[in-house]
Amino acid sequence: MSEQTSTAAPEAQSTGGGADLHIVDVTKKFGSFTAVDDLTLTVPSGSFFALLGPSGCGKTTTLRMVAGLEEPTAGRIVIGTEDVTYRKPFKRPVNTVFQSYALFPHLDIFENVAFGLRRTGMNRSEIRGEVENMLELVELSTYARRKPNQLSGGQQQRVAVARALINKPEVLLLDEPLGALDLKLRRQMQIELKRIQTEVGITFVHVTHDQEEAMTMADTIAVMNEGRIEQMGAPIELYENPVTTFVANFLGQSNLIKGSVTGKGGGDALLEVQGIRMAMPTARVHSDRDDVWVGVRPEKMQISRSGISVNGENAVTGVVTDASYIGVSTQYLVELPWGQEVGVFAQNLSTEGPLSKGDEVVLHWNPAHTFALDASQDAEAGAEKVEGDE
Amino acid sequence: MSAAPAPGAAQTPQDDVARTVGSHAWTPYALLSPGMLWLAVFFLVPTVMLVTMSLSSGSAFTGTGTFSFSWEFSNYADAWNQYIVDKPIFQKSLVYALIATVLCLIIAYPLAYTIAFKSGRWKNLLLVLVIAPFFTSFLLRTNAWQTILSDNGFVVDVMKNTGMLDFLHTVVNTPDSWPSWTQIFPEGITAEDHVLATPLAVILGITYNFLPFMTLPLYASLERIDIRLIEAATDLYSSAFTAFRKVTFPLSLPGVVAGTLLTFIPAAGDPVNAFLLGSSNDALMGNAIDAQFKATGNYPLASALSVILMVVIVAMVALYVKRAGTEELV
Amino acid sequence: MSTVLEPTQSIDARRAQALAALPPYSPPSLPVRTMRWVRSHLVQFFAALVLFYMFVPVLLVVIFSFNLPSGKFNYIWNQFSTQAWVNVWQDPLITDSVVLSLEIAFVATAVATLLGTLIAFAIGRHRFVGRAGTNLLIFMPMATPEVVMGSSLLTLFVAAGLEASLGRGTIMVAHIMFCISFVVVTVKARIAGLDSRLEQAAMDLYADEKTTFWKVTFPLVLPGIVAAALLAFSLSFDDFVITNFTSGQTVTFPMYVWGAAGRGIPPEANVVGAIMFGVAVLVVLLPQLLRRRRAKTPDGPKPEVLGVDGDDHMSLGATARFEHS
Repeated sequence: MSEQTSTAAPEAQSTGGGADLHIVDVTKKFGSFTAVDDLTLTVPSGSFFALLGPSGCGKTTTLRMVAGLEEPTAGRIVIGTEDVTYRKPFKRPVNTVFQSYALFPHLDIFENVAFGLRRTGMNRSEIRGEVENMLELVELSTYARRKPNQLSGGQQQRVAVARALINKPEVLLLDEPLGALDLKLRRQMQIELKRIQTEVGITFVHVTHDQEEAMTMADTIAVMNEGRIEQMGAPIELYENPVTTFVANFLGQSNLIKGSVTGKGGGDALLEVQGIRMAMPTARVHSDRDDVWVGVRPEKMQISRSGISVNGENAVTGVVTDASYIGVSTQYLVELPWGQEVGVFAQNLSTEGPLSKGDEVVLHWNPAHTFALDASQDAEAGAEKVEGDE
Repeated sequence: MSAAPAPGAAQTPQDDVARTVGSHAWTPYALLSPGMLWLAVFFLVPTVMLVTMSLSSGSAFTGTGTFSFSWEFSNYADAWNQYIVDKPIFQKSLVYALIATVLCLIIAYPLAYTIAFKSGRWKNLLLVLVIAPFFTSFLLRTNAWQTILSDNGFVVDVMKNTGMLDFLHTVVNTPDSWPSWTQIFPEGITAEDHVLATPLAVILGITYNFLPFMTLPLYASLERIDIRLIEAATDLYSSAFTAFRKVTFPLSLPGVVAGTLLTFIPAAGDPVNAFLLGSSNDALMGNAIDAQFKATGNYPLASALSVILMVVIVAMVALYVKRAGTEELV
Repeated sequence: MSTVLEPTQSIDARRAQALAALPPYSPPSLPVRTMRWVRSHLVQFFAALVLFYMFVPVLLVVIFSFNLPSGKFNYIWNQFSTQAWVNVWQDPLITDSVVLSLEIAFVATAVATLLGTLIAFAIGRHRFVGRAGTNLLIFMPMATPEVVMGSSLLTLFVAAGLEASLGRGTIMVAHIMFCISFVVVTVKARIAGLDSRLEQAAMDLYADEKTTFWKVTFPLVLPGIVAAALLAFSLSFDDFVITNFTSGQTVTFPMYVWGAAGRGIPPEANVVGAIMFGVAVLVVLLPQLLRRRRAKTPDGPKPEVLGVDGDDHMSLGATARFEHS
């Protein structure tokens, strides 16, 4: 599908598939505050793209610039083959699902969904048909004559999606669309949105601060921080191979241990961590300097009682300082010899029960799960809260 | 205009509290009774007395100076003949108030809109500014309009030079069916060479004086509109104007209704602007009632006038509120 | 799965291709931008004009307080003079009327605020039979033209044989009556805006109902009460129409101005208007300014609210929202 769009005419795009969205060198300043800083980004047509980042990172501002609700200070925004940077929101082939939905309280569901079509001057009977189809798609046909405040949160959310989708935009923008829903409903809507996207094939750009939501739905995620893109890629790539401390901490958790690269060769890099020698693939070293943060995800570490042999794996010794049994796994805090505490998520496979506080252990992991990041970056960047490592 | 609580609005959270904080069944009545008693004695009873007086005979200044209730419906006939048939003072009052109310709505809307959506950190200051003129005596401010509209003043000069005065003078002088404009504005809405002591001055004065009454309720209802609804409308292919027409304005209707009522009702009975800015031909209902009470002492006739004014206003307001159908909004 | 992430080069290539197909980047020119700025600020511009319109008469009242009128009418600017400001309290007619108006306004404000606040609490915090009727009776005085209210009160006083003793007392009675409704709606708006969880939290923290009321509810409602009192004061001090019917031979300040209108309002009356305006603006703005200053000192005392923060303007606005109460 992606090959076709570069050559396809706009008319062909508007009937499905959507168009590429290019954000080129875009900067947005509010007074002296830079919300978006020289951002360049391409969202391939037909993809489900997530802009992920903490609040205030500029993701919503980016979305609003694409929607036309803000004008960039510099740079240009291109949809398909058209420059829309300075175009009014109502003249763009873009529609938005607003945070908290912004359904018109004075109009019923039918009229809410028909709103955009009525503006484009489509005839009444055609509108009726379109709206009925769309309400069917979101499974709300029986609610057409209700007012928005008579619907549940999940239903309102589906109306908001229907109201935007019915216009067959090139790009559908979703601004934290699931933020107001409870956890169970959110899961359900994630699957639902993904289903709708696959069905209509329009480019979805989804802004969220919820990493799990982004990973569940999107096929490409761009992690944003302080107005810039930290890393962009498929969810698995971002999670398995983060390139900055921010991504490592914001997407899941990471243990970052100070170390240095001592040599490279044959696709492998040699590391020294507090006097311990380790290895890892060179391709996973994301630093030009030798001083690095050596990173491992907590669930990639295995925890064993001391004395076990760990041939071919990276390993450190430590003492358990805390163990929380949470059913599917046990989460340990382990103090390493130099005083740093790391987290380990262990599956409850052993029959003898979890280790307990004070047990001496060996932490070991596959070198291919190691990643190395520039040590000049803040090891706490993007972390939800400061953990107990000094 | 029913004072019944709006369905489903703010009532439910209060129910909670009522159960937790309210201590005794009689507490609300104890809280209510002093104030409600005051309103009953000094508002309800006088209203009943006014109706009684309108059916009585007697005069304050002649004879015994006392009044006796005698189903004197002739008072209403007199009021009708003198103030509706002979001179269209009653119609005039309503038309002046109506024009002023429409002007107020047009003028106040952009101000209320700006305060609600475009003022940022200046919002509080702007709100203070809207109510600030209240604090200078209303009579003094109205009086100041005599200076503003004086015959050789800047405003009248500009109106003369731009031909606006001439236009206004001629435009409402076309005879029409009853109630014809010429009956309500026998000498036109304004004169050829001056504004003061013409209907235009009175209407401008009323517009000016009741502007805050329009602005505040408009602001209150605009302020409650989620700005994202307007953004959503533009996102759905509405131009700024369509977004206003289809979303902002309908959602602000409660404020429009409240504002027009708060402007129209007092304006219809206001005697001050006509007295200070109009000519003797511009006497309105307020002036007529005032004169019958204070100058003539014909309390029964004056009461009949008050009752007529009240009844017509209540009827118009009820009709208007029903048409506007605000209970559907919010 | 056609949407798997492509190699970065491919995406960059697509972007380059798209950009190459476009005309060269040209941001809108200055005139275009200026036009757009003007167009997007038209509403603000109009609003500024309206504010100006609202303040011109106030400004004139102040300016003409410095005028030395050539005749008895103070409409035409003649000569700058501070004479009126010096002599303002020399004229017993003005002094007496201002003192009387203040006296009436203070009493009316105090009584109306008390009675109105009680009603507001009853409506805002209790369920009771006759609620709709209560709301109607509160609404009616606001929806009745002042002439009608004034004339009906006069009828009552006449019927009660009080015609000879019309004056200060009857004016106060009338003012209290029309102020009550405005106090009720203003305070009620504040009560309705209260988060009832705060009271529940207080009771959870061992405060009994009385303590909860005085330590939590009342302080939170106070700004609304203060705003209501300010409103009542300005309504009473400035009232002419109802006073005109209930005053007999007594002369309040608006009555004085009214009486003087025929023979020429002296600049001294403008001085009183200017002073009232200045005092009122100070009363409204001073706490805000003080608060702003205190807010800058990090550990300063908690700013005292005098009923003039954003919420309370809303409650003034809510005054006008009465038909939804």
